[in-house]
Amino acid sequence: MIVAIASGKGGTGKTFVSTNLFYVLAKKGKNVTLADCDAEEPNSVAFFDCVKLSAKDVVQKIPVIDQNACTYCGKCEEYCTYNAIFLLKERRIIRVMEDLCHDCGACSYACNFGAITEKDISLGEVARYKLSSELLSGADSSTGTCSVLIEGRLRVGAYTPVPVIKAAIREAGIEGIVILDSPPGTSCPFIHTVSSADYVVLVTEPTPFGLNDLKISVAILRQLKKPFSVIVNRGGLGNREVYDYLTTENIRLILEIPFDREIARIYSEGGIVAEKREDLEKKFEKMAELILNQCK
Amino acid sequence: MKIAITSTGNTPESKLDSRFGRCSYFVIYDTELKSTEYIPNPNKESLEGAGIASAKFVASRGVEKVVSGEFGFKVKELFDSLKIELIIIKEENKPVTDIIGLLNKNL
Repeated sequence: MIVAIASGKGGTGKTFVSTNLFYVLAKKGKNVTLADCDAEEPNSVAFFDCVKLSAKDVVQKIPVIDQNACTYCGKCEEYCTYNAIFLLKERRIIRVMEDLCHDCGACSYACNFGAITEKDISLGEVARYKLSSELLSGADSSTGTCSVLIEGRLRVGAYTPVPVIKAAIREAGIEGIVILDSPPGTSCPFIHTVSSADYVVLVTEPTPFGLNDLKISVAILRQLKKPFSVIVNRGGLGNREVYDYLTTENIRLILEIPFDREIARIYSEGGIVAEKREDLEKKFEKMAELILNQCK
Repeated sequence: MKIAITSTGNTPESKLDSRFGRCSYFVIYDTELKSTEYIPNPNKESLEGAGIASAKFVASRGVEKVVSGEFGFKVKELFDSLKIELIIIKEENKPVTDIIGLLNKNL
């Protein structure tokens, strides 16, 4: 089963929840994979001692226009929704704006003169890591399972993280429990990540910003018909509006994490809070159980 | 020579629009004819690539200079290759008519 930990608003604690959920499940010997889909700034791997096992380049196709074969008819430009083809008919200038290309192939399809071929460009990398810690690696010889970390990392300057996110999700597979640490926001990167999930956990905070983005995320998940529940992080901050919203909308609150300086300190030092604080380990274990039951 | 100016409105008193790709109007000023034309920017609400589409919009009208508050790097590179000069004005609230005055003075 695939569980996406998502939010809408950035900085609510997606990676915090993902890494701690991964920790409690791995410690219990479950076959669990954590895929960091926040390809623009992945950092889940930073919380664990792990060894890189492999890495794959993620590429996309972009058009190459043969200026001799091109008749400057403008059909490819017309087909391109993303303004990735710049054409000045009168001056016979045609240019591919590589950063704007989405690899949809419409221009190649549009060209009647065989002037467009395609080349690969690198968008980033998907890497696979194995935990060093024996406690967590789950190296169970009888079942052959082990806990794995996958990281999608966008090349700096690449225009869209979506192909890298998709590749990371593919790499994570569907065996056992797969946790997707989702990218923030509610646009394409978010939608592509949660679309792949069987269940979604939205992490929010009790502030007007948290509530605003929670509402947008909920609207999208309802449209996608994804079952979901909510975690309120930094409980005690802000106001009660998030809680009132959850009650009115009949949305399940599966975990509340208090606003606690010590949690922030452990997290900012790259630690796993569930490892250092028994009360939070219990909370995350209970939440893991609730999520796994929801998906049955 | 034709010069494009990004504008927030369609009158000489309208202020300069500080954004290039998603400006409200393009003012096309012809220095020989002393004529001005106000054209709504069709790329204002473009999902992506507004800068490139706007560059095409003004370049296809034969402008040799573009005046705005800011240009993105993709657009800068493109205008450079087209030998179109970019003029950046950092004073917000400058009316189009003042900019035209400055352009005439510097010719």
